[in-house]
Amino acid sequence: MTLLVSAISLVFGTLVGFLGAGAKLSRRRAARVVADVYTTVIRGIPELIIILLLYFGGTVTLTALAGHYVEVNGFGAGVFALSVVFGAYATEIFRGAVLAIPRGQGEAARALGMKRGAVFWTILLPQLWRFALPGIGNLWLVLLKDSALISVVGLEELLRKTAITAGATRQPFTFYFAAAMIYLLFTVVSSTVLHWAERRAARGLQSA
Amino acid sequence: MLNFELMWESVPDLLGGLAVTLELTVLSLIFGMVLALPLAALRTARSPILWMPAYGYITFFRGTPLLVQIFLIYYGTGQFEWIRTTPLWPILREAYWCAILAFSLNTAAYTAEILRGAIQAVPRGEIEAGLALGMSRWHVFRLISLPRAFRLALPAYGNEIILVIKSSSLASTITLLDITGVARTLVAHTYAPYEVFLVAGALYLVVVLAATRLLAILERWLRIDTVATPTPKDLAQPSAG
Repeated sequence: MTLLVSAISLVFGTLVGFLGAGAKLSRRRAARVVADVYTTVIRGIPELIIILLLYFGGTVTLTALAGHYVEVNGFGAGVFALSVVFGAYATEIFRGAVLAIPRGQGEAARALGMKRGAVFWTILLPQLWRFALPGIGNLWLVLLKDSALISVVGLEELLRKTAITAGATRQPFTFYFAAAMIYLLFTVVSSTVLHWAERRAARGLQSA
Repeated sequence: MLNFELMWESVPDLLGGLAVTLELTVLSLIFGMVLALPLAALRTARSPILWMPAYGYITFFRGTPLLVQIFLIYYGTGQFEWIRTTPLWPILREAYWCAILAFSLNTAAYTAEILRGAIQAVPRGEIEAGLALGMSRWHVFRLISLPRAFRLALPAYGNEIILVIKSSSLASTITLLDITGVARTLVAHTYAPYEVFLVAGALYLVVVLAATRLLAILERWLRIDTVATPTPKDLAQPSAG
């Protein structure tokens, strides 16, 4: 469940990040302002508040809309909250990555008669990954750990299950420590894979 | 739509929570820094007996969720009879000290890595220059490496401060009444999640933006590479900023 929530949030969060970076680099002032407010507000508020707001707020809204009590599903609220948070940080990373690609490359491709879409797919995107990967990798590790916060609104992911077991067996240390080790396994494996992916993305470049 | 009266009424209660949030943050940062200094020194040591335990500590605290660490300390330590008999028990029994302990241990791991990176980033030439001038290793460390590393570490440490402010909200999960804890209590009473959580969120935003601002000022104030030689005109009137 922990992995599922994190993986889905990663996909949505990355999409949001792309949109956000696009908005921040847009020529339209309104788009830039909206994206700026989004990243500033979300990055300045604890993840837990965002999760609580979306979970309890979602319940109130849905109840008002439906006319009877509806409880928001913890999974949906959790994925939504984590995607919104991930998207805000990813926006900054993608923006930085786009800016890191020399302008001349895009201009050269345009001058050679390539269409805007072709420039994006064949010139910008492949390089974007190289610049964005370290940042996105760190965000993934943060996301894995933040997914534990959803246990607060009752979704039965790793930590919630641990809490239930710890209470039932009266061996809290044993079980919380086991949970910590599982998270540690996820993060260590992730960073190993990321390290490999970063090297692969940078192939062809002189390594330091 | 939003009940503004209720939002306004929740402000005094939430400000009470703000005091707890700031207290948790400041104490954790201080204890965390005290722990991080020896940890960073061990981490950079050449002997494996020294760096391996530091590395293990840092990996554990950076690789597991803070919430798990809080639960491990708050609920976990009660499992062992012998801990209850030690003089530590009055501390480990209190949610307040458990939260501070968890935050401090956690931020120490991140801070140690920041310090290590900064110390290693001090240009070798500057250290060699100091040695060439006949300064002792300790003098070089105190007068060159440390001030340089402090400046290099500041941007990253600033981010860490912001993270500690935000993660202090997890204290609400072990009954503490910080901003988030107060907000959750208010929501349970009023069942107005939007109003209360929005005000709580705004409060955090103000604190975070204020901290960011202060850090930016501090960073500018500490910069030496852009400081020009003062002209007589500058000396005559104190410059702004």
